[in-house]
Amino acid sequence: MPEGQKEDAAEAKPRSAKAKSAGGAGKSRYDFVEGDRYAPAPESSDHVSLKDSYHLFIGGEWVRAPRRLQTINPATGEVLAEVGEAGPRMVDRAVGAARQAYEKTWSNMPGRERGKYLFRLARLIQERAREFAVVETMDGGKPIRESRDIDLPLVAAHFFYYAGWADKLDYAFPGRRARPLGVVGQVIPWNFPLLMAAWKLAPALACGNTVVLKPAETTPLTALKLAELIEEAGFPPGVVNVITGAGKTGQNLVRHPDVDKVAFTGSTAVGKLIQKDLAGTGRRFTLELGGKAANIIFDDAPVNQAVEGIVNGIFFNQGHVCCAGSRLFVQEGIADTVVRKLKRRMETLVLGDPLDKNTDVGAINSQEQLERIRVLVDSGKEQGAKCWQSGQKLPRKGFWFKPTIFTGCAQSHSIVQKEIFGPVLAIQTFRTPEEAVEKANNTPYGLSGGVWTDKGSKIFKITSQIRAGVLWANTFNKFDPGSPFGGYKESGIGREGGLQGLAPYVELR
Amino acid sequence: MLSTIDQVGVEERARRFQARSIKKESKLSALKLAVTMLDVTTLEGKDSPGKVKQMCVKAMRPLPDDSGIGPAAAVCVYPRLVRVAREAVGQSGVRVASVATGFPSGQSRLKERLSEIRYAVGAGADEIDMVISRGKLLHGEFRSIFDEIVRCKEACGEAHLKVILETGELQTYDTVRIASEIAMAAGADFIKTSTGKVQPAATLPVTLVMLEAIQDYHDRTGRMVGMKPAGGISEAKTAIHYLVMLKETLGKAWLTNEWFRFGVSSLTNDLLMQICKQQTGRYQSADYFTKD
Repeated sequence: MPEGQKEDAAEAKPRSAKAKSAGGAGKSRYDFVEGDRYAPAPESSDHVSLKDSYHLFIGGEWVRAPRRLQTINPATGEVLAEVGEAGPRMVDRAVGAARQAYEKTWSNMPGRERGKYLFRLARLIQERAREFAVVETMDGGKPIRESRDIDLPLVAAHFFYYAGWADKLDYAFPGRRARPLGVVGQVIPWNFPLLMAAWKLAPALACGNTVVLKPAETTPLTALKLAELIEEAGFPPGVVNVITGAGKTGQNLVRHPDVDKVAFTGSTAVGKLIQKDLAGTGRRFTLELGGKAANIIFDDAPVNQAVEGIVNGIFFNQGHVCCAGSRLFVQEGIADTVVRKLKRRMETLVLGDPLDKNTDVGAINSQEQLERIRVLVDSGKEQGAKCWQSGQKLPRKGFWFKPTIFTGCAQSHSIVQKEIFGPVLAIQTFRTPEEAVEKANNTPYGLSGGVWTDKGSKIFKITSQIRAGVLWANTFNKFDPGSPFGGYKESGIGREGGLQGLAPYVELR
Repeated sequence: MLSTIDQVGVEERARRFQARSIKKESKLSALKLAVTMLDVTTLEGKDSPGKVKQMCVKAMRPLPDDSGIGPAAAVCVYPRLVRVAREAVGQSGVRVASVATGFPSGQSRLKERLSEIRYAVGAGADEIDMVISRGKLLHGEFRSIFDEIVRCKEACGEAHLKVILETGELQTYDTVRIASEIAMAAGADFIKTSTGKVQPAATLPVTLVMLEAIQDYHDRTGRMVGMKPAGGISEAKTAIHYLVMLKETLGKAWLTNEWFRFGVSSLTNDLLMQICKQQTGRYQSADYFTKD
């Protein structure tokens, strides 16, 4: 294939000289884009009701914590609201409220009744989806297109899905009796704040557990607004408690002796600490941790769609995705073509105001995360990988990072080994399927992976050899409540979603 | 090696262009651009000189009160009406395109198809919209399709050749991709989706497959090829989706009527209506837009 020889052919000027303009308008008078941008199309935030100050949701009441935290909009640096920071006493109070609700109402309630509450909550979320999407985008920095089209529909879908299981647990585990565990402590991350709350709450509640939920320090707002919906849906007090705070609050919750089960999504480092804390206590836990997914492109892949899949794999949610396709493996024969096409595609990504409906790449979630990305990208440059960034201009205020790729990478580069959790892709080439599989598995992580080939038999052969919990074929970053999600190795323990997602929340007798 | 197409992937990508929100000055500018890209078309058994003349007036000045809008890129008619159209558009800059080669089925002998092209060019056509023999293509006679297009291109002389693939009959994206490659290699100046006589006609995903073929061909050879989705595009909103896709796939170099056309019979007035809406802030009744 002669492709790939002319790296810059696409940027060449129109060559056909004889083509005369028609209609007197050969040269376009109307670019319909200013520079490279469409006119601003911001999603209105007028309909959003945000309070200046939020409290902790404990036992069906809003309890003021004396210590306060501020949450900001990472795209502008502006303070959005103030929230409480739950200290040890508040954590204790929340666990106590959950215990009481568990014993008095929720665990004894017939499954079909619990299901009704969950269905009601799912419907309320759908009704208020627009508002929640806007808040999610303001508090976290992700593009409104994603929070509107991906996060919120999935949130509702998860509640609907597990609502359906509530009265069918006997069929989920045939011949056995599924009993709830008790009080569940759930600590969730900042990358999909509301969606992670849904992943955690829906199966726990469906199985008859009560919950103390601790959202991330930088993105507490949608969980608090969800608590308002839970109140509106009429859940018995204490079934769901939402306490905000930083790492210390989460630690206090995880270590609380009256918590029967811990569910955590976040970094592998914290996951290991939790595992240590809980060792020997007999309390259960599930961990959904980091990842460094291999996205493997074979030379018989549908190349243009694969490029799209690469973009979706690593730039979705600014790369703040535990299952992001952050390691790209391209078969040598098409590597030049793929990289050329990828660069061209990256130039068309719209970066900027996350509330703009045309934005593809939003803001980095926090200053701290931005620093982490910078350090790792610098290490990549130092170690000799070749860095390329697309040409978008970054806004002056807020936290931003350009879509970035590294070519010429080897397994021994830090950027290939470490989870960056940002819009940074490390590209390696391979020659044979065996080499691709060996390198793909040569990582402490094992959360997800992707395989691109037009050959069905190859899909099955390769995916069965990759040690990762989720594998996509000819697509990437697709989620469904019916499909289990979770990792091998340092990517976690346990599965969320689907029938398998019920198991960690029940005791089988 | 020919790139394969993943159906799910290409349709998903096409939907993303529909999610773009084109507002305010971008919208107005896109609408005005779309008007200049129109191949205003009539291809009916009942076409007559009177009908064609009236259509030409509309194509030259779509909005009587505003000379800044348009003109359309071309008018597209059957060969017998080329002379009428040629006379009607005069020196306005609006080009005359003619379908030929046994349109729409292409089921006549090559000799007759070629003579039809020569007739249309002789009568003053600037552009020829030919159809390929889909039956042969589906039968795997790629070489024969290539040769036919080469012969048609020769018969065109100076006239531009648009090759209609009739994607609704090819059905799979992989076949569309193959047909696009053959047409471009054989010298097509434009590749075009449909005759408008078969459903589905132009769709966003099929146009995307063809745009990607154009891009890959350009990467290999440096030659630009134009794109013409035709049939089934009747709303301004849809036209804007096409322009977004064009801009984000092939880039700004293609954002002119030299490289992109809409083959339409009923899109014009919706574009004009939306332009007036953008300019005045109000919708006007359809009675305020001329029907020719």
